Amino acid sequence: MSTDRDRMLATIRAGVSRSVTKDMPKPAPVIPRRGQLQGRALVELFRKQAETASATVAEVARAEDVPAAVAEYLRGRNLPPQIRLAPDPRVEALDWKSQPMLETSRGASDGTDTASVTPVLAGVAETGTLMVHSGAPTPNTLHFLPETHIAVVYADELVGTYEDAWTQLRAKQGGDLSSGAMPRTVSFVTGPSRSADIGKILLMGAHGPKRLHIILVDAKRPTH
Amino acid sequence: MLHPNSNAFTAESTKAIADPQLQEALGVLRTQSIPNRLKAANNLAEFEQLRDRARDLKDHILGHLDQYLLQFEEQVKSSGGQVHWCSDAESARQTILKLCREAGAKTVTKGKTMIGEEIGINDFLAENGIEPVETDLGEYIIQLRHETPSHIIGPALHVTKRQVEETFREHHTDLDAGRSLEEPAALMAEARAKMRHRYFEADVGITGANFLIAETGSTVIVTNEGNGDLTQMLPKMHIALTSIEKVVPTLDDAMTLLRILPRSATGQELSVYVTFSTGPRRQIDPDGPKAFHVVLLDNGRSAYLGGPMQEMLRCIRCGACMDHCPVYHAVGGHAYGWVYPGPIGAILTPALVGVENAKHLPNASSLCGRCESVCPVRIPIPKLLRHWREEEFTRAITPATQRTGLGVWAWFAQRPAMYRLAARWSMRILRWSAGARGRFKSLPLAEGWTRHRDFPAPQGKTFQDQWRARSRR
Amino acid sequence: MPSAVQAKPPGGQKRVALFVTCLVDLFRPSVGFAAVKLLEQAGFTVEVPEAQTCCGQPAYNSGDRADAQAIARNTIAAFEGYDYIVAPSGSCGGMLRCHYPELLAEDPQWAPRASALAARCYELTQFLVDIAQLDALDATFPSRVAYHDSCSSLREMNVKAQPRALLGKVKGVQISELAETEACCGFGGTFCVKFPDISNSMVERKTADIAASGADTVLAGDLGCLMNIAGKLKREGSNVKVRHVAEVLAGMTDDAAIGDAE
Repeated sequence: MSTDRDRMLATIRAGVSRSVTKDMPKPAPVIPRRGQLQGRALVELFRKQAETASATVAEVARAEDVPAAVAEYLRGRNLPPQIRLAPDPRVEALDWKSQPMLETSRGASDGTDTASVTPVLAGVAETGTLMVHSGAPTPNTLHFLPETHIAVVYADELVGTYEDAWTQLRAKQGGDLSSGAMPRTVSFVTGPSRSADIGKILLMGAHGPKRLHIILVDAKRPTH
Repeated sequence: MLHPNSNAFTAESTKAIADPQLQEALGVLRTQSIPNRLKAANNLAEFEQLRDRARDLKDHILGHLDQYLLQFEEQVKSSGGQVHWCSDAESARQTILKLCREAGAKTVTKGKTMIGEEIGINDFLAENGIEPVETDLGEYIIQLRHETPSHIIGPALHVTKRQVEETFREHHTDLDAGRSLEEPAALMAEARAKMRHRYFEADVGITGANFLIAETGSTVIVTNEGNGDLTQMLPKMHIALTSIEKVVPTLDDAMTLLRILPRSATGQELSVYVTFSTGPRRQIDPDGPKAFHVVLLDNGRSAYLGGPMQEMLRCIRCGACMDHCPVYHAVGGHAYGWVYPGPIGAILTPALVGVENAKHLPNASSLCGRCESVCPVRIPIPKLLRHWREEEFTRAITPATQRTGLGVWAWFAQRPAMYRLAARWSMRILRWSAGARGRFKSLPLAEGWTRHRDFPAPQGKTFQDQWRARSRR
Repeated sequence: MPSAVQAKPPGGQKRVALFVTCLVDLFRPSVGFAAVKLLEQAGFTVEVPEAQTCCGQPAYNSGDRADAQAIARNTIAAFEGYDYIVAPSGSCGGMLRCHYPELLAEDPQWAPRASALAARCYELTQFLVDIAQLDALDATFPSRVAYHDSCSSLREMNVKAQPRALLGKVKGVQISELAETEACCGFGGTFCVKFPDISNSMVERKTADIAASGADTVLAGDLGCLMNIAGKLKREGSNVKVRHVAEVLAGMTDDAAIGDAE
C-alpha cells in the first residue's frame, strides 16, 4: 500500500467531509432533442452532421452494393484501389470479388495501408459521429493508420444520441460495461483527422486519416 | 516547467505587447475562437442547460471524490491495469521513470498532456536518457523550438505559420533545402511523415486524460489529430498521466461534459476522436499496448476541496476563458509564467505554486467577467481572483504603497464629512490646474494613467456640494 | 412640443435615493443632475443621502475585505428607508446589488440588511426602463452614437437593451454598434494604473472599434470606462466626443464633453 495513496485519500476525505457539495445529488442528464428522431429524418441528420464535420457520405440500398460503392469512391478520388478489410463479417463477407480492380487484404494495419474498410458499432446522428471499438474483428489500427478510412454503417446501427450508442454497446457486451467488459478502446469518430496548430489554419489529415468516407446501407446488418 | 516565473508577469507582459509576431498570432482568438464558440453554443438548444448540469455534476463529483477515485481504481485493476497515486510532481516523475525502465524504453511518444507540463516530465526523461517525442503537431512545433505551451488547447498558438516554416527548415535538415513550404498543408504533411515511424519505434506512449470513468476504469482522451490514439495504441506500454479531479461517475455522465467541452474549446460539435481506453490489450486483440498504467497526480489539488477555492476544480480545460480574456488577448500565455495561462491560470497557479510565487496573476484582471460568462462549468473566476487578492492583502504580499494608499482612502470613505471636505479641495485644485484645457497630459502620482492616456479634468465643484447648495436655496 | 414626461409612477410619489457614485460626485457632477432630472421626469422624488461616499469597490477588489465591509455597512445604513436606490453606474450598482450580500453574508446582523438593499438597487437606465417604464423623453441629440457596455452593467446587472431603448427615444440619435460589444475597455478600477500597458492594449482596441464604427459620440453608463476611453481618444487626437448616457437622455449636453476643453 503506497503512502502517497493513503496521504491523498486522507486529504481528499477531509476535504469532502467539509465540502458544501458533499450532499449534492448527481444531476439527471439532459439529452438534446436534436438527435431524438426516427427513420429518414435520422438518416438526414446523421448525413448533415457528418458532412459538416468534413466526412463524405454515400447511401446504398443493399449490403451487396457496398464493394461497388467503395471502388467508385476510390476511383473518383484517384486513390489506389487497395483496401485493408476488417476481419468482421459485416465487411469481410461482402462480395469483394465483384470488384476485380480492388486489391483486398485483411487484419490489423502495420501503417503501410492506404485505405481501410471497417464496420462500426453505431452511427450517432446527433453529431454525425461513428462509434468504433477495438477487438479481433475490428483492429484499432484500421481506424487510425490508413490515409483513407471507409466505414460501413447499416440502417439498424444508426442511432440518435450518444446514450443510444452506449446502449448498443452495453447490449452487445451483456448489459454491463464494468470489470473489463468494455472493449479495450471505444472511440467516437467525427470526421477526418485535422489540426489547426499551424497558424490556426484548419487542415485535414494530421496524424489520423485524411479522409473519412461513410457508406450508409439502407438494410439491417447481416446476421451470422 | 517546474519553476514558476509568474512574478515576472509585469515585465513579460510588456515585452509580449511589444512583440508584433505574437500580436499577429493572438489575433485569431478574436476573429476565430470567439465566433466559433458562439456559433456552436447557439447551435445547440440545450447548451445553457447542459452548462448547469455540468456544473452540478462536477460539484457532485468533488463532494464524493474519494468514492469515485476508489471505484475507478478498482475498475482499472479488474480490467488488467494499474493506478499509481502520486501526491506530488516528484512522485509522478519517479513513477513514470520506473515504468519506462520496466519497459526498457529508449523513446517515449507523448500525446498532449498539461499534467506532463506540470511535472516537467520531458526534461526529466531526457535527463535520464529517455527521449520524449511530442506527437501533437502544436507540441511538436514548440518542442523543436524549446518553448512551452502558450495555450492549453493550442500549445503553439503564439507561433505564426512563417515561424513554423523556419523551425522545420532548421530542424529537418535531411530534407531537400529547396522544398516549398509555402502551403500550410506542406508543413503538416512534413510533420506527419516525420512523426510516422516514431510511433512505431516508441516503447512507451504517454497521454493525458480529459476524463476518467469510475464505472469502467477507462481513461478518455479528446483530440482532433489522432496522435493521441496512435500514441496509446502502438507502443507496448500506455501510461495515462492525469489528475484526481478528472474522474466522472459513468460513461453517460461523461457525455454531459463531452457535449460542452469541444463546443467551448474549438466550436466543434464534437472533437474528431474521443477515445475511451480500458486496460491493456486483451487476449483476442490484434493490436494495442500490453501494459496500461494510470498515473494519478494530486500536486496540491486535494487541499482545496471543501474550501473557498473548490470551484476551480470543476475546470475541464477547454480554454474558453483564455480565448475570451482581454488580458490574454493582449499578452498571450507565456507571460503568465507557469503551466496554465489566462483566467484559469490566474486562479490555479497561485493554488499550485503558492500565491507568493504568482502574486501578480490574480491582480492582472479588470474583473470584466467575460471568462465566467463562457465557462462551460460556470466557475466564478472573478470571485476566485478576489479570494487570492484577499489572501495577498491578509498576508501583506500586496505592496506597501498600495496598502497605504488604500488605507488613507478607506479612512476617508468611512467618514463622510471628511470625505466631502477632501473631495471639495482636491477637485478644486485639480480643476484649477487643468485650466480650460479639460484634461491633463501628465499628472503627479498618476503616471500609470497618463503613460498612455490623457486624464480628464473634473468639472469643479462636487455634486454633493452643488446639491446641498441647491437644496438650501 | 409639450414636455413628454410620464405623469406618475405606479403607487404615487415614491422616493428614490440617488447613489451618485464617487466618480460622478468628484469628476462629473453634471451626470448626477442629469440622473436627478430623469428620475424626476419619471415621477419620483429624488433624495441624495448625505452620508454616502464610495461603494467600497477599490477596497473589495484589492483584497481589503475589512474596509470594504465597513464601507458597505455605512452605505447600507445611509440608504435604508427608500423605495429604490439608483446609481448612474452599473459598476457601483453591481457592487451594491451583487457584492454587498456576499461581503456581509457571514454577518447575521448585516446580511439581511444587505440583501434588502440589494433587492431595491438599480442601474439608472435599467430603473428608467424596467421599473419606471419611462416611455418618452424630452431630448434631442442629432448625432451618431456608439454605446459602450460596461462589463458590470452587461454581466452583473444584465443591462444591455435598456440604454439602447432609451436612446431610441431621443430625437436625432442614430446608434452604431461597436464590433465587440462584450469586450472590456481596460479600465477595471485600479487595474488600469497597476497594469498600464495591458490596460492600454485593451483601450486601444476599443478606440479602434470606435473609429471603425463611424460614431461621432461614445456613450456609456459608467464614468470609469468613459474617462478611460476619453483619455485614450484625446491622447490619440480623436475628435470623437465622450459623454455619460444620462446627459444625452436628459437633454443636458451643454457642458463640455469628457476630457474636452471648455
